Amino acid sequence: MSTLFPLTLTRATIRRKGKRLVGPIDLTLEGQGITIVIGPNGAGKTSLLRMMHGIARLSDGDITWGCDLDTARAAQSFVFQQPILLRRSVRDNIAYPLRLRGIPKADARAQADEAGTQVGLGAMLDRPATFLSGGERQKLAIARAMITQPALLFLDEPCASLDGRATREIEEILQRAAASGTRLIMSTHDMGQARRLADDVLFLLNGHIHEHAPNPHFFDQPQTAEAAAFLNGDIVE
Amino acid sequence: MSDLWEGIRQALWLLVTLDADLVEITLRSLRVTLTALVIACAIALPIGAYLAVRRFRARRFTIAFLNALMGLPPVVVGLIVYVLLSRSGPFGVFGLIFTPTAMIIAQVIIIVPLIASIAHQALRELWSDYHDLLISLNTTQRQRMAALLWDGRRALLTAALAGFGRAIGEVGAIMIVGGNIDHHTRVLTTAIALETGKGDFAMALGLGFVLILMAIAVNLAIHIIGRTEQEGRW
Repeated sequence: MSTLFPLTLTRATIRRKGKRLVGPIDLTLEGQGITIVIGPNGAGKTSLLRMMHGIARLSDGDITWGCDLDTARAAQSFVFQQPILLRRSVRDNIAYPLRLRGIPKADARAQADEAGTQVGLGAMLDRPATFLSGGERQKLAIARAMITQPALLFLDEPCASLDGRATREIEEILQRAAASGTRLIMSTHDMGQARRLADDVLFLLNGHIHEHAPNPHFFDQPQTAEAAAFLNGDIVE
Repeated sequence: MSDLWEGIRQALWLLVTLDADLVEITLRSLRVTLTALVIACAIALPIGAYLAVRRFRARRFTIAFLNALMGLPPVVVGLIVYVLLSRSGPFGVFGLIFTPTAMIIAQVIIIVPLIASIAHQALRELWSDYHDLLISLNTTQRQRMAALLWDGRRALLTAALAGFGRAIGEVGAIMIVGGNIDHHTRVLTTAIALETGKGDFAMALGLGFVLILMAIAVNLAIHIIGRTEQEGRW
């Protein structure tokens, strides 16, 4: 588990159709705690997460892990901003990553039941996943991402468009995961959430890392004018 | 107009009395077409899924080609299968010409492009939904295709029904390769063609109504088995 890190990005860049989405990024992340990625829309938060996870092809630069790439890919999960639901029951959705790893159906379903119950979906395991509400869908996605017990979990604005209660419930799930040793890298628009969860903060602007600092330090004494303005709620471009 | 009424009367009479010839011909129609459908689905559905998940150089050409093959003239297919299977043809030693097997082969060739093309259309949408998740989960090609085929099974039913519809109503190809031999390769469509040729319109119409009824019955049965329109949107 600890061999996954350090994660090192060297001049990592993604360009699509001539437009630079993110980068070049030079960054090293160690294997502890919760990293929160913030920044205005279009700053490259999603692209950065997808690039680290390896589902967006690098146009330039390099990403290395403490272990080989296949081991690294198998030890991480990704929760998308819009949860992607399989057209199956809640239980089979959560069990799917286990089934992919060849775990027998009954066993996978039993584990899925437990994981689903832990995130508060215990009463809905038999329902088709598309019957779930927005918050429940995101919980399903988190339970599904966590069921392989990943060393690293990416979350792309998991609480966007959720109300306060759903957000709090999801934050509790995430804090439990972090406490049990899962490394979290998560983007958010919610500064309150960033303050509550972050161990360190990555402030992205125009595809670059503008500032990278530990939690209370970043919010109390931002080093750059843009970060200060962003925290103030000013429009930063 | 009187031919039409006479046809309906004949059809009812044939049905009510369970005319032995009619039952035999109908069951043969069903057997040939359902066998062809099962074989065609086993070939075409994986092709549809493969085209949905896999990006390769000739993909666009393959899809366009497949769509073009949907309009394959059955008579030409029949002719080619005839040439291949006839005694002097390359596969003549198997003695398949003028057998139900030859008819099944012809129908499979006719409906595989149709089923594959419709399946690809349906699975392409599903793949665009699933893409990021399945990439993120490190799925293999086979696992991706399996996920699409299983979760898209309702949409694939439509593809299969379209294939059934085309195969059951087909006459040109199976007439050539089957020969419309009584008690051997005569099916509903070839019997209709024969009765029409003999001028027995009432009998032909009667058989035609039976054919339509059977097509509706099979569609309904598959819908009920597949439980479409019952639970959820998929």
